[in-house]
Amino acid sequence: MATAALETAVDQAALLEFLLRIGDNALILGHRVSEWCGHSPALEEDIALANTALDLIGQTQLWLGLAGEVEGKGRSADDLAYLRDGYDFRNILLVERPNGDFGKTLMRQFLFDAWHYLLLKALKGSTETRIAEIAEKAFKEVSYHLDRSRDLVIRLGDGTAESHRRMQEALDDLWPYTGEMFAADAVDAALVEAGIIPEPQSLKAGWDEIVAEALAEGTLKKSADGYMHKGGRRGVHTEHLGFILSEMQFLQRAYPGATW
Amino acid sequence: MDPALRPSLDEVWHWLAEVPDPEIPVISLTDLGIIRNVAWRDDTLVVTVTPTYSGCPATTIINLDIETALAEKGLSKVKLERQLSPAWTTDWISAEGREKLRDYGIAPPIDGTAADGVLMKRVDRLSGRSNLTIACPRCGSTNTEKISQFGSTPCKASYRCTNCLEPFDYFKCI
Ligand SMILES: [Zn+2]
Repeated sequence: MATAALETAVDQAALLEFLLRIGDNALILGHRVSEWCGHSPALEEDIALANTALDLIGQTQLWLGLAGEVEGKGRSADDLAYLRDGYDFRNILLVERPNGDFGKTLMRQFLFDAWHYLLLKALKGSTETRIAEIAEKAFKEVSYHLDRSRDLVIRLGDGTAESHRRMQEALDDLWPYTGEMFAADAVDAALVEAGIIPEPQSLKAGWDEIVAEALAEGTLKKSADGYMHKGGRRGVHTEHLGFILSEMQFLQRAYPGATW
Repeated sequence: MDPALRPSLDEVWHWLAEVPDPEIPVISLTDLGIIRNVAWRDDTLVVTVTPTYSGCPATTIINLDIETALAEKGLSKVKLERQLSPAWTTDWISAEGREKLRDYGIAPPIDGTAADGVLMKRVDRLSGRSNLTIACPRCGSTNTEKISQFGSTPCKASYRCTNCLEPFDYFKCI
């Protein structure tokens, strides 16, 4: 009984909520990044984006697979990905932002990767063994994601006048969506208390440091901390999620149970 | 299976050593280090496999190949179990496997630079410089440059030799 430990100590509803949040972040960003397949500015970048998407979808299977077990209603990772409606998704709004140009996609990736990297690093020490195991696996992959997105943010920021302008615009546009990464509610509090997840705010200083250093090297100016958009974590999404789901879920909705 | 007729575990390992990796067929599953354990549980042979990357599309094929190979040896009751931790590391690729990779034109991972090595320290240090010294599998020159952090599969990066001009894959450390 591998799930025995999960079924005892903590509030199962809180645990499920957390697993949906982290799983949906990987799923929605993975799907967004996969939209680039065959459309990237260079073959190498096309492959890199596809591989990043693949890692994220693989991590989704692990997180949502565990979510299904914790929920205990017999739903698989596929059921959770393909058969839930928008208001049941728990991803942060940042990952459902449209791709925009290549620079914007990379900026979104970098802002997310820096946080994802720190979150997974902390989760490797989770008191919940199965969460720690998935984090250990995903952390290795995400280290490469961060390595690459940071490198490209620097190169494009400190590139031509045109690439610099686009990167600064991307940063200013996406910045208001970064606050949600560090938001906390009762779900977080319960899991922090049990040592299952880190305090969201505790990741902020490390994230600020990674971001500030890359932006400085890329000659980009950090955006002002103004109004921060929130809602995804409790199922209140922008209209963009609906379009993602209509594409991602079409087949299973139109032909329930289809396999190949 | 009648315990008296069971093959020894050594024999099973030997069979698994002949199953090629579906994406890089010059190395076997045991060269790759993804078979973590083989054991009898009652009359069922349990093979424990760890994924290389969580999204590796070869995982399903690998499981199928293991079942097929063992079925051909007469083992019908085989159970595959997934083990996530400790997470797979390129340090587990055998010395023989590394040579086979090089002969095949893929620069093998640098020894001992996985999980706790160069990459993670570098990321932690936030230096942003990501070129390790990778020798060209064709001419052996270390005058090589990284083209992309990701190659034909998630486990590889694309490099180019500035000496003989050969583009090649590098099996990156993880
Ligand atoms: Zn060469």
